[in-house]
Amino acid sequence: MTLPIFSVDQDPGPDFKALLTKYKVNISGDIAKFDASDIRHGTTVLAVKTSEGVVVAGDRRATEGNRIAYRSMEKVFAVDSHSAIAIAGAAGPAVEMVKVFQIQVSHYEKVEGSMLSLDGKANQLSQMLSAHLPLAMQGLVVVPLYAGYDLANKTGRIFSYDVTGGRYEEFEFATNGSGGRDAKSLIKLNFKEDLSSDEAAVIALRALADAADEDSATGGVDAIRKIYPIVVKVTADGFYRYSDDEIESLINA
Amino acid sequence: MSMPYYVSPEQVMKDRAEYAQKGIARGRSLIGLICTDGVLLAAENPSKSLYKIGEIHDRIAFAGVGKFNEFDQLRVAGIRHADIKGYTYSREDVDARSLANLYAQYLGQVFTHEMKPLEIEVLVAKLGFKDEPSQLFQISYDGTVVDRDNFVILGGDAQPLLERANETLVEHYSIADSLKKAVQILQGPDRTLNSGDLEVAVLQDRGSRRTFYRYDRDMLEELIKA
Repeated sequence: MTLPIFSVDQDPGPDFKALLTKYKVNISGDIAKFDASDIRHGTTVLAVKTSEGVVVAGDRRATEGNRIAYRSMEKVFAVDSHSAIAIAGAAGPAVEMVKVFQIQVSHYEKVEGSMLSLDGKANQLSQMLSAHLPLAMQGLVVVPLYAGYDLANKTGRIFSYDVTGGRYEEFEFATNGSGGRDAKSLIKLNFKEDLSSDEAAVIALRALADAADEDSATGGVDAIRKIYPIVVKVTADGFYRYSDDEIESLINA
Repeated sequence: MSMPYYVSPEQVMKDRAEYAQKGIARGRSLIGLICTDGVLLAAENPSKSLYKIGEIHDRIAFAGVGKFNEFDQLRVAGIRHADIKGYTYSREDVDARSLANLYAQYLGQVFTHEMKPLEIEVLVAKLGFKDEPSQLFQISYDGTVVDRDNFVILGGDAQPLLERANETLVEHYSIADSLKKAVQILQGPDRTLNSGDLEVAVLQDRGSRRTFYRYDRDMLEELIKA
């Protein structure tokens, strides 16, 4: 590897994806026909706005067709200090997209010396999704939820997406994945303005339990193996993931 | 047809080195220190936005002195190298030594093959992890790499600073103490530097993956006076 120095007209700037393209790192190659049900899929994720910011949660099950492929999948990730992403859809490409997105955000921050705005980050994700569209058309659908604390406007914000890269800001809550509809109806009944993070986390856990009740592709609490849903909050203080013990006490609250 | 004048290669190199040294000495100095609880980088820099010190990767920082556009290009190249490497392999595979060598190759290449050498000196600092100690790599305009396990001084009129540092720095200190000592070394006996004249950043484990923190002016003011 040599030092990546470019001439002025070839310079990719702070764009990590453009840099990868320059290096011919293959991020979305052509693939032959395949059966989409053979691919691992992740399922219910949700985000709820709170008075302090946002709460994002997801179940732990990954499926391949009608089989459970993985019991302790992580579908909620920190993107940077003040935002989180939750993924639903084909697990492989989704996790890869998260990885590139995380690097892209910190890459920009390091090169430019300042953080991208929350809108800027949401927009970046939108572009990554539309670049992924050819693969989505073949069955490898990835649909993320992006939520964070907007440091400029001092409020939590939630963005949902469609496969084409369409970006929609949600003002109360959003859900995604095959159990998303079940989760949404429970949140809708319990949501109010100015929930605390802990209150929202309790609602999120109940919504995931509801989704797991109705949807075979969503995993519930696995008390024997000690596998709990992932719940995180993003506030002015930054990203925080609830520990398993905290989640256990929230479930019993 | 007139013959071009013969200039011995020795003379060419000498001239280039002198040219680069002059350029570097015109700027102000920078000091890197390995502390008991991290790595401290401090520079005399009155600008609030044109930084000499920057983050490269989770545990690696960069610092440069001399011509801003020249070392900033290397800073950005370093970030790119580190992020591509971390993406292709794993984040823990990004290491400071190989980056220091790449800088050295590039600087050496420019020094021998281009008309004008780069008028810069750069520092690659690595925060130790578990048993690995922290390290400082100093790379000169001609591609010479030196690794230090205590402190390093770059740019400006380095000699008196080096003497002061040798007197003051006999072991590793905490970041707070190192900062005070660094300011004393940078300012010397005849001047006083305050927070507005300084740029300070640290590599420090605070429980998250990234370890680079830049001190803002208010914090710096407090720490210097404490």
